[in-house]
Amino acid sequence: MSASSLAKAVVDGILTGGVYALMAAGLTLIFGVMDIINIAQGALIVLGAYMSYVLSVHLGIDLFVGLIITIPAFFVLGVAIEWAFMRRLREQDRTAMSILVTYAVAIIIEGLLSVIFGVDYLQLRASYVDSTFHILGFYLPYIYVFGFLLAIGLLGVLYWILYRTHFGRGVRGSLQNRTAAELIGVNVNRVRAVSVGIGVAVTAAGGMVFGATNAFNPSSGYDLISRLLSIVILAGLGSIAGALVAALFMVTLEDVVAVVWSPVWATLVYYASLIVVLSFRPGGLFGSAAVRAQ
Amino acid sequence: MVAAGVLAAALLVGCGSSSSSSSSGGGSASNASSNKSPVVIGTSLSLSGDFSADGQAFQKGYQLWASDVNKAGGLLGHPVKLDVVSDASSPAQVVTNYQKLISSDHAKLVFGPFSTLLTVPASKVVNRYGYAFVEGAGGAPAAFGNGLHNIFDVSLPVIDNLVPFAKWVASLPASERPKTAAYATSDDPFTQPQIPLAQNIMSAAGIKTVYSKVFPAEVTDYAPIATAVASSKADAVVLGSVDVPTVSAFVHAFIQQHYSPKVFIATAGPDQGAAFLKAAGGAKNAEGIMYPNGWYPGYANAQSQKLVSEYVAKYGGTPADVNADVAEAYSVGQAIAQAVAATHSLDNPKIISYLHSGVTLNSVQGPVKFNAQGENGQAAAFVFQWQKGNQVQVLPVGASGSKPPLIPKPNWGS
Repeated sequence: MSASSLAKAVVDGILTGGVYALMAAGLTLIFGVMDIINIAQGALIVLGAYMSYVLSVHLGIDLFVGLIITIPAFFVLGVAIEWAFMRRLREQDRTAMSILVTYAVAIIIEGLLSVIFGVDYLQLRASYVDSTFHILGFYLPYIYVFGFLLAIGLLGVLYWILYRTHFGRGVRGSLQNRTAAELIGVNVNRVRAVSVGIGVAVTAAGGMVFGATNAFNPSSGYDLISRLLSIVILAGLGSIAGALVAALFMVTLEDVVAVVWSPVWATLVYYASLIVVLSFRPGGLFGSAAVRAQ
Repeated sequence: MVAAGVLAAALLVGCGSSSSSSSSGGGSASNASSNKSPVVIGTSLSLSGDFSADGQAFQKGYQLWASDVNKAGGLLGHPVKLDVVSDASSPAQVVTNYQKLISSDHAKLVFGPFSTLLTVPASKVVNRYGYAFVEGAGGAPAAFGNGLHNIFDVSLPVIDNLVPFAKWVASLPASERPKTAAYATSDDPFTQPQIPLAQNIMSAAGIKTVYSKVFPAEVTDYAPIATAVASSKADAVVLGSVDVPTVSAFVHAFIQQHYSPKVFIATAGPDQGAAFLKAAGGAKNAEGIMYPNGWYPGYANAQSQKLVSEYVAKYGGTPADVNADVAEAYSVGQAIAQAVAATHSLDNPKIISYLHSGVTLNSVQGPVKFNAQGENGQAAAFVFQWQKGNQVQVLPVGASGSKPPLIPKPNWGS
């Protein structure tokens, strides 16, 4: 195994990790705001891929340009999901029940996609999907680089909204103490709906990049959810920055192990690293208490 | 309360993902059969989850067979009624499903599910009830190593899938023969056993192994594995894949790394016809890719051609849209129908004895003759290759219907 292969694995891990962070961002945001574990995240990612497919194939809209349409559409979808499914959960068993409810949402999405598109695999096409540029002896695919930059940009915007705006203060205030937040005039229901909307909107972008880098069908979301959950748990539930750090760490580690040692061990090491980190930091790299206090 | 309601709604909308559906297959039974009670045949298929594309193709194959058999008068004059339940590609769910089909739904006969992964646990529970378990997609050694007397696979035993390919590569003139080979395989029971046999044959011919790794079936990021294969610059790539996304990921990674092997074969995925082309990026990217199988839409067999015509008439598309799953499923029905006709009985022990009697049956995949383990010893192993957007039989060289293989594989997109 050459130093070049190792370096390539690190670069691949970082670029792919950025995409995973983008896909996990909505999951961690929704948990952070509402204590809801969104099992439908994988299905929403696949839905995002299909939306991009429709715009690209039937309307000829570029994958990245299409996000101008899909991100707002997903924001509305997120608000609707919050209103229809999440808001009605009782506070005391919200987290546990959210798993059931969002699993139901995932099944609904999968079923509808199967009816509309069938179960054949698709992959998003664009000139830059298979194109690469050569740098320092590596061929880097444009789609991964663009996806990584998109992830950094959108996660930066999310971070800014949460920690640098009046709305973000309302979000974090309602997290720490709902009653107190309501007493000082925060409309908690509205804050939660908008937060879920934002979380789902970001997922549209993650879905587009996923669909351009993987073949997908309506069932593909289930393969993603355990990986995304492990990322947000390692990050500390609710942490946007943590999701980025955790995704980069986990995926890079997995890619390096796959190249240096064996792909079989890569998955084991991936989850073993999660256990090791949680043994020392049970709240994750950026524990939820710290997240909410930021 | 809300959650329960939502779950219920979801289960209804979820495309039958855990509910059952019954179908007579669409064929109208003849007058002789119309007065008799239907024969319920139960099967568990992966209508959602990882194997959903294959599972739904299997469902079409079973439905086409049921339609045809009903048009011909049914089984012993009884119209056939399929009872299909979805296992969501889960080895745990498939066990529950067959228990339900036999003990609760009172299916008279059962057909197999998709994949060795699900066939193995399903065969054990079906055996407990003494039912014949004829299946079309559980041909790996793992399905036949459990001492069961009731399992019968109508398709090619997968252990031999790559043998014609490996022997062909080994027989190439030195100037054309690959000098190096890379082997990457999923740890799935269908595909992993195929690789060592091919590797041994090719190694014995002096083809040096430069990469040989197993990867977990549940892997979601193939980039590091595919990139490592590309970095090996192997002349030949043997990919142990179970589905389209795996092959598609390797194809795109190879294109991105500007690596085009002279020979590229994948155990499954390219056999999915037009669905493979959509994921791989079109016919130009598929050009020259090989895969082993026991059947393809252009198979020169009258029954097979009739099946292809019926499929296109019922489901639309072109012959290229008919993948081998459809034929494998249809063959299951054909084997059972011939056993029922020969024994004049729907009795499972009699059917099992008949299928073990050494009789040769007909199917759209060719002759079927079960050995003591229940494998089809008559199945022919073919290798197919994508050429100009068509699946072409290329191996064995000189066999009826074989055309010359394209070697070296053209560069991507050319």
